[in-house]
Parts: sequence; structure tokens; C-alpha cells
Amino acid sequence: MAKITIAHPAPTEQSLLGIPRDVLLRRIRRGLLHVILASLAIVWLIPLASAFYTAVRTFGEATANGPWSFPPHSLTLQNFIDAWTTGGFSQYFVNTFLVVIPAVILMLLLSSMAAYVLARHRFKGSRLVFMIFVVGLLLPFQILIVPVYWLSNTINIYDTLWSLIAIHVGFELGFCTFVLHNFMRTIPKELTEAAAVDGASVFWIWWRVILPLCRPALAALATLEFTWKWNDYLWSITLIQSNSNGTVTFGLSGLRGEFVTNWNLISAASLLAALPTLLIYLILQRQFLGGLFAGSFR
Amino acid sequence: MATLPREAESMAPDVAPATKQTPRWRRALNLDTITLVLFLGIPLLIYAIWVWGPAIVTIAISFTRWDNASPPKWIGLQNYQRLIQDPLFIQALTNNLIWLVVFITIPMTAGLALAVVLDRRLRFTRFYQSAIYLPLVLSLPVIGLMFDWFFKPDDGLVNAILKFISAGHLAPGWLADPHLALAAVLTAAIWRHVGYVMVLYLAGLKGLDPSMREAANIDGANEWQNFRWITFPLLKPVTVIVLVITIIESLRAFDLVYVMTNGLEGPNHATEVLATMMYNAAIHDYQEGYGAAIAVVLLLISLAFIVTYVVQVMRTDEEL
Repeated sequence: MAKITIAHPAPTEQSLLGIPRDVLLRRIRRGLLHVILASLAIVWLIPLASAFYTAVRTFGEATANGPWSFPPHSLTLQNFIDAWTTGGFSQYFVNTFLVVIPAVILMLLLSSMAAYVLARHRFKGSRLVFMIFVVGLLLPFQILIVPVYWLSNTINIYDTLWSLIAIHVGFELGFCTFVLHNFMRTIPKELTEAAAVDGASVFWIWWRVILPLCRPALAALATLEFTWKWNDYLWSITLIQSNSNGTVTFGLSGLRGEFVTNWNLISAASLLAALPTLLIYLILQRQFLGGLFAGSFR
Repeated sequence: MATLPREAESMAPDVAPATKQTPRWRRALNLDTITLVLFLGIPLLIYAIWVWGPAIVTIAISFTRWDNASPPKWIGLQNYQRLIQDPLFIQALTNNLIWLVVFITIPMTAGLALAVVLDRRLRFTRFYQSAIYLPLVLSLPVIGLMFDWFFKPDDGLVNAILKFISAGHLAPGWLADPHLALAAVLTAAIWRHVGYVMVLYLAGLKGLDPSMREAANIDGANEWQNFRWITFPLLKPVTVIVLVITIIESLRAFDLVYVMTNGLEGPNHATEVLATMMYNAAIHDYQEGYGAAIAVVLLLISLAFIVTYVVQVMRTDEEL
């Protein structure tokens, strides 16, 4: 009998509102944790929120009342419209899509071919070839700038969207091959062997067995690569010169020169520029994160 | 039965048993072998042209003087000699090292702590996670512009808040202040990198066997002991990869500096890093040789970490 009373909390340990003390303590700790996490999350959202607040206010009001006056007299979408039309972002959007979509498709196709050979048809030196891809993905890309600039000039694709497609496909082959290789090695060998016994060709197995099985990895990679390539800045400013061929990030960097003090417009343009990747992230969150996780990343 | 030799060929062309019926050249010209060669050859060729070729060419250029117009002139190690005497290079290198140390300490601990806390069943955890890794989907120019505006001496939100709490006399010039410019850029960089580290660790935590931690809990370990002696050691492979990514990111740092200080690299080059210095030398000043030498230094520093990464990756690869 005595043992049982020790095991239960003694009635004297009951504290406020009749909640046992240890439960109360745990709740307070939980609550504190939520306060810390919530304030951190809010702090993290401030830059984006302040950019949004700046974007929906007029330049006139920001100059008259100060950029952070609250409550605002009027809200406007005019900055977004200006960025889209006079700021040239409609063109930049089209250009970026024209670069990113073919680049992502091409890099996935090519790297799935290489990954398939490396994962399923090992030969002497296949580890070395795999290393070539892995080491390349970590090279500081500064080391490529001058020769790539020269190369695109020499083959006459400098200042065209082709130059961006070429370097994006080339550079990302390393990462995509790496991720897809790791994924393909988890596919049971029996599946491809069975197809081979039935007399299927290497091409058929890749196209009809491997690629469909790789769909989750391909979807994850596509989301991630779309985001990365949409956000590319270095190659856009290195390989593109004319506004008519500019990408979104290229256009953003140009805005400041043209509209030195109009931060309302710049904020609106920044948010426009971020919109596709934000949408992709919100809709395809699973794929996006899956892509980051897929091949132990870079 | 008739399909068996064919299977052996297609699965492993190099170790296929020599069948007496088909002569060697016929097997070499097998359609499957050709497919395999093209499948690996085409991507490899593209990779060689756009990545490995340029990397090697840059190393060669670093021994020349070249203005991208007249033919390059071989000058041996002169670019490197000039580098070690260039105070700007020392400045850029120091800034890269500061960046690296700050990156290894702040975002790595914060990201790991957040991952461990948010991995548990907790209400609103998805909201917290989303808020922290949201910056990852924004482009660096967008982040740079946002924080540039944030830190504007007269109109920026940070100084507006300082004035609001009547600490306006403290309001510094941030990006215009040589002592604070790098800190302002690093704030933006940390804002982004915490989420990156957190996401990577969250993935690592998902892969851990929960029974280990449960066993420790039954043995009476508290949460800190559990983390210190069970979780953290188990996460070691993830930590190696996060560390290498963090280091490589700090060495590659370019976009934020370039955008936030408008290509001028701050007051007195206060925010200059190797990448921006290299870019300005090569693209703006047409000193390709000098720029290449800076890139090679970057490569040499990165190399040690690249090797660490590859060793770790190969080890996990063998376990697969």
C-alpha cells in the first residue's frame, strides 16, 4: 500500500488550478519554446514583409510621410504594374522561362543517361568518371568565368539565351548525375534484369523502366533546379549584355541604375521576381525539400 | 534460353563472357554497347567542355598576362607574386575567412538547434519550419536588394526602428560604414543559411533510427544528454556534409556582396571578397591573368574541403 502512494504524486504537490506541478512546469516550458520559435519566425519574415509593405505604397507617399509611416494613406498595385511594363519584367520573365525550362529538361535527360550507365553498367574506371562529376559540382564557379565567357564569344552565343542554357546544363550535370546515380542504385536490380531477359535494349530499359521509376527523384530535382536556375545571377550578368536578352535577376540589378531612389518600384520588382519560385515552393514543398535531401546535397 | 547471352552483354559489356559464336568486333558494335557509350559519352563531353575544360584553362591563364583581345603572354608566377603584395587581396582573403568563421558558428549552431527542436512533434512546427527556410527559394539579388533597403541609413527599417525607440543617435550608416558593411552583408547571408542548415539536418534526423533515442530515454538520459551522446554522434555524416557546404558557400560568396554594395564592394572595399575581386579584375578590368590567379587561389582553398566531401560521399556510396 505504501509503495503505491509514493508512485502517485502526493496531493500536497498539487499547485495552481489543481494541475500537478510537473505538468504545469512542462506546459510553461512548452509555452516558452513556442514564444521563442514564434518570435524567431516573425523576425525571419520581417525582410519579406517590409519589402511587401514598401511595394504596395506609392513613391509620393513614401517621400512625403517617410517610408515606414503607418497606417498608410493609400495602397497601390501600381509599382507592380510599372515593374511589369516600363521596368521590362514581362520580357525578363519570358527570357528566364525560355532559359530555365529547356535547361532543366536537358540537364535531367543527359544526367539520367550518364547516371544510368554509372549505376547499372559498372566498368573499369566508372568510379573515376563518377568522381569527375562529383568533384566538378563543388568547383568554385569563379574558376569557370573567363574561359566560359571566351568560349561563348568564340562560338557566337555570347549575349544570347543559348549561352545561359549551355552553361546551366553543363554545370548542373555534375549535381544531377550525382543525385540520380544514388537514386538509381536503390532500384532493385531484378526489374532491369527481367527486362533484359525479355530482350529489351539498353535504350528501352532506360526509357521505359528506369525513367518512370525515377519519377520522384526527377520531380524533386526539377523543382530544385528550376529554383536555382531561375535565381541564377552570376551567369546572367556575365554572359548577357543587352536588356532584350536579360533574365529576371539581370533586370533586377539593372533597376537600381535606372531608378536610383525608387525603392517602392524595386521592392515590387523583387517580389515579382521571387513569385514563381515562391509559388513552386508553396505548391511543391515536398518535391523541393526532397530535392535538397536526395543526394546529400551540395 | 537464346536470350541469355544477350542479357549478359547488355548488363555488363566489359565483363561479358567471350561468346565463341560472335567475333569481337561484332560485339563491340553491338547496338547496346553503342547506346551505353553515347549515354555516358555525350554528358561527359558536355561536362568537359563547360566545366573541366574551363577550369583547366583558367589555371593556365593564371600564368599569363591577357586582356581578352591580344594573344596571352606567358609571365610565369608574376600574377601570384603581385597577389601576395596586393593589400586588396589580403583584405578580400580576410573577409572570406571572417565570412567562413561566422558561417560555421552562427548558422550551423542555430540551424542544428532548430532542426532538433522542430523535428519533434510540436504544434505549428510546419509554420516555424516554413518561415525559417523561406529565404532559400529567393534569389540572392532579391535578398541583397531587400537587405540593402532594410539597412538604408536614412530610410531603412532598421534605423527607423532605432529612431522609433529614440536611439536615433546610434543609427549607423550600415553598408556605408566601413566597420559595419560586412556585418550587414553577413546578416543577409546568415538569414538565408540558417534555413539551409536546418533543412539538411532535418533530413538527417528523419533518417535516424528512433529506437536509439527511446532506449536512452528509458535509461534515464535527459534531453541534452540524449542529444550530446546519441543524436549528435549519429548525425556525424550529415555534419561533415553541412560543414563542407557551409565552407564552400562562404568561399563562393559573390552575389550578396555584389548586389548590396552595388559592385563597388563597399566603402574602402570593406566587403570585398575573393570572388568579387576576381570578377572585377577579369570582367571589368580585362586583367584575365590576374583574375585567373585569384580564382586558382579560391580553388586551392576549396580543394581540401572538396576532398573531404568526396571521401564522405564515396563512403556512403559504398554502403549503398
